[in-house]
Amino acid sequence: MPRIEVDTIRCKGCELCVVACPYKVIGMSKKFASTGYYPAVMVKPEKCTGCTLCALVCPDVAIEVYK
Amino acid sequence: MEKKVFERTKGLTEILMRYCPGCGHGVVHRLVGEVMEELGITNRTIGIAPVGCSVFADEYFNCDMIQPAHGRGPAVATGIKRVRPDCIVFSYQGDGDLASIGMAETIHAAARGERITIIFVNNAIYGMTGGQMAPTTLLGMKSTTTPFGRDPRVAGYPIKVCELLATLEAPAYLARVSVHKPANVLKAKKAIKKAFQVQMNDQGFSLVEILSQCPTDWFVTPLQGIDFVEKMMIPFFPLGEYKTIEGKKETVKPEPKKVLETV
Ligand SMILES: Cc1ncc(C[n+]2csc(CCOP(=O)(O)OP(=O)(O)O)c2C)c(N)n1
Ligand code: SF4
Ligand code: SF4
Ligand code: SF4
Repeated sequence: MPRIEVDTIRCKGCELCVVACPYKVIGMSKKFASTGYYPAVMVKPEKCTGCTLCALVCPDVAIEVYK
Repeated sequence: MEKKVFERTKGLTEILMRYCPGCGHGVVHRLVGEVMEELGITNRTIGIAPVGCSVFADEYFNCDMIQPAHGRGPAVATGIKRVRPDCIVFSYQGDGDLASIGMAETIHAAARGERITIIFVNNAIYGMTGGQMAPTTLLGMKSTTTPFGRDPRVAGYPIKVCELLATLEAPAYLARVSVHKPANVLKAKKAIKKAFQVQMNDQGFSLVEILSQCPTDWFVTPLQGIDFVEKMMIPFFPLGEYKTIEGKKETVKPEPKKVLETV
């Protein structure tokens, strides 16, 4: 199953990955991380294709993609 | 078997970047890091960090770095490259650094055709100092020093750096890209790679201008920031290649001439 991993220490909750994902896989967590930001999480993990578009726009290099 | 298809480049260190959420600098850093790694030049590259929000770039790039005075990147890069022509030298600069205080250094390094690469991050504002007008601030755009919007009768017009440098003979590669959408990020990476390759092939001066988001000093959210790049910046700063090595004339060493002989 393709999936992404978000590094919650690096993520600053900017939501750029949310709008970049063509399949609306990503949403924002309701719980804030140790940084004080609400990090990105997979809300529809089954839809992920591993296309890496989210990782391309992430300013904090917080996303790793597995396929 | 599960494979990692996207991971952090070894061209960057592990240190957490201190940029604001949604800031374009982080993407540009990653692209430069990836290009260094892919070209296998990280261990012979010397980078120059500017004065501006990316003043800490020396901590983020995994190559040797130096941090000169405001705007002097191209001059320092010139010195390093001339002493160490075997090294790949890049100067990373914001628009205040490159087009305001450092404009003379920029133009003369370009006119001399120094074999250096400039990564020029244009976010249309002075980021680090709290959002004053930059030479690239758009007409009508509000900043702390143009609170009613940039009025050309008072504050003049924004400078288009690629177009300006394209009038010079020497530059070998000039391009403007953006990093607000995945497709643009891919094009930006291609341009940055080309710019480094031009230097590796000893073909001359290269500069890539990257339109970048500064949501904090534009007083918008990160998502409004990428919208601003798309709707406001790109129409004024058209994307594309402004000079390529293919269109460049061969440089020939001129015969010495006395002034009298030429008239
Ligand atoms: C000689 C000198 N003059 C002025 C400053 C103040 N200063 C620091 S950063 C900066 C402008 C930064 O803007 P820009 O180059 O656009 O980079 P950004 O922060 O937007 O990435 C200025 C004027 C300084 N540090 N040194
Ligand atoms: S890899 Fe592609 S499909 Fe998966 S979350 Fe990222 S953008 Fe969406
Ligand atoms: S783009 Fe990166 S920093 Fe922004 S919310 Fe997504 S994972 Fe977090
Ligand atoms: S002030 Fe602007 S340029 Fe500086 S880190 Fe924040 S968003 Fe980036």
